[in-house]
Amino acid sequence: MLAFILRKTLRALLTMFLVVTFTFLILRISGDPTEVMFPDDVPQEVKDAYRTAWGLDRPLPEQFAKYLISVGHGDLGYSFRDSRPALDVVTERIPATLRLGLCSFALSICLGIPLGLCAAFRRNTFLDRLATSVSVMGYSMPNFFLGILLILLFSLKLRLLPSSGSATPEHLIMPVITLGTATAGIVARFTRTAVLDVLGQPFVMAAKAKGLSVSRLIFGHVLPNAAIPVITILGLQLGSVIGGALVTETVFAWPGIGRLLVQSVNYRDLAVVQTIVLIIAASMIICNLLVDMAYGWLDPRIRSERAGN
Amino acid sequence: MNKAIDAASAASMNVAPSADERSPFAQHDDADNFRCKPPVRYPLLVVISALVLATLFLCGLFAEQLAPTGYATQDLASRLSPPVWLGGKSGLLGTDFLGRDIFSRLLYAVRISLLVAFAGTLISCTMGTILGFLAAHRKGWTDEMVMMLVDFQASMPFVLIALAILAFLGNSLGLFVAVMGLNGWERFARFTRGLARSASARGYVAAVRAMGASPLRIYLRHILPNIAGVLIVQFTLNFPSTVLLESSLSFLGLGIQPPLTSLGAMLGEGRNYLINAWWISVAPGTVIFCVTLSACILGDWLRDRLDPTLR
Repeated sequence: MLAFILRKTLRALLTMFLVVTFTFLILRISGDPTEVMFPDDVPQEVKDAYRTAWGLDRPLPEQFAKYLISVGHGDLGYSFRDSRPALDVVTERIPATLRLGLCSFALSICLGIPLGLCAAFRRNTFLDRLATSVSVMGYSMPNFFLGILLILLFSLKLRLLPSSGSATPEHLIMPVITLGTATAGIVARFTRTAVLDVLGQPFVMAAKAKGLSVSRLIFGHVLPNAAIPVITILGLQLGSVIGGALVTETVFAWPGIGRLLVQSVNYRDLAVVQTIVLIIAASMIICNLLVDMAYGWLDPRIRSERAGN
Repeated sequence: MNKAIDAASAASMNVAPSADERSPFAQHDDADNFRCKPPVRYPLLVVISALVLATLFLCGLFAEQLAPTGYATQDLASRLSPPVWLGGKSGLLGTDFLGRDIFSRLLYAVRISLLVAFAGTLISCTMGTILGFLAAHRKGWTDEMVMMLVDFQASMPFVLIALAILAFLGNSLGLFVAVMGLNGWERFARFTRGLARSASARGYVAAVRAMGASPLRIYLRHILPNIAGVLIVQFTLNFPSTVLLESSLSFLGLGIQPPLTSLGAMLGEGRNYLINAWWISVAPGTVIFCVTLSACILGDWLRDRLDPTLR
């Protein structure tokens, strides 16, 4: 088990190293930041002074080593727009995104898993087809369009909900629906497949033959066995929630890191962009690591297999 | 399926013809009725989806001929006019904030969006397949490197990678299409690698190899046709996700730049006029939804039919 955790952690660190290399590379390919930052009429000496100050005149491997060290120390550069450390600019936006992301994630679990269960238990009935179509539609609906339709209906037509901002809990409703439904569709689909797989197993028939109630059957036998594929897809969906948050936050003017990222890309505030990329990558990698660890806890067979290795 | 069962039951209910009446051909036909696959039945939804996609492709192809006005022709006198069928002055789908005809713009936007998504998917399919073959063929370090890249791409939300590239490298149509081409290549690579490895162990590959075929010939002439089904399914499923990616980025103003327009860009422009001109954003949004929904339905159906791993 320990060897397994170590191997996975090593792999995660390697992926993180790749991400850092990726940001460094595109940062350097993008050309000389002094040329981008300063207007054309700035004298060459000033630019050269800045180049020396930022170490841009050093050889690439040396720059990379310095970059790695500073990233390791949490020094991610200064935001051009705010003239504050980029890390501070980003971290103060994290709570808003977490609030939105976690609520949407909860919505997609609460909506997706029951929907998938119903579809699997009532296979090939009207309910199944309805659930499947809803999940395909949820996936195909671009979330910016869904957001705009919600604004049109609830803010402009019915005047029930605020269209932008984050002051009250009411502000949370439409962004969460927008972000949660797409993921719910995918979760429902995978739950359906996973549950159908389990329902075909002999132990389910045995449990039914014993005369177990439906709820005991679902919670005691079906769900624990269908959990692994569902947990896997939930871990992967975290990425799509983050990706969706970029758009959803922009549509609803939600003050999270998604909107900050879009604004920073527009202004080419590169320090902030790289900080956000690194933070999101780190959280995704940690999440995937946790999902991998959860397998052992969920499935004793995997645990013993690992112990055997 | 039903037809086959009908034929079977009809055959069994028929009084068996006497031996001299039976021609060898008739016997052959009879046996074929049992053996051959049931005729393909196209579900209504799949037919509709295919028709929707075909119509949109044709609209994009013949945008010049179909559009009543140019996509950039302004008519400031009739700005923000609602669609004709809602009592507006001009335009099948109304006009936008510069008086440009939305229907005409939509046709050109469909052309750009589908073209970009198609080119992007083609690039990612080609790249993924080549890398997958390379990983399967070279094994060892090459394999490790490719799989590491696959893991890297799969562990990051792609929209983030795309945004980072566009932020650092600036935006041009060529670069944008190239970025779209990075979307989803890892799935092609993973499938190709797995299938090529299992195919290498099969008899037909051993046979052509023994006949002295070069690796290139084995992969392109023998393995590729055998795994094409899975790749086609992936292509159909990758297409809507590229459409969504393109329109999301263009919606954020980071994709297709004016004067060109795409479905997402139109939606993004219309966002500021939701209060007095909702039709600007609803029309392109509906088209995006139709494209992705149709492609998804088609892709799912193809997967059920073509993907051997599901049988």
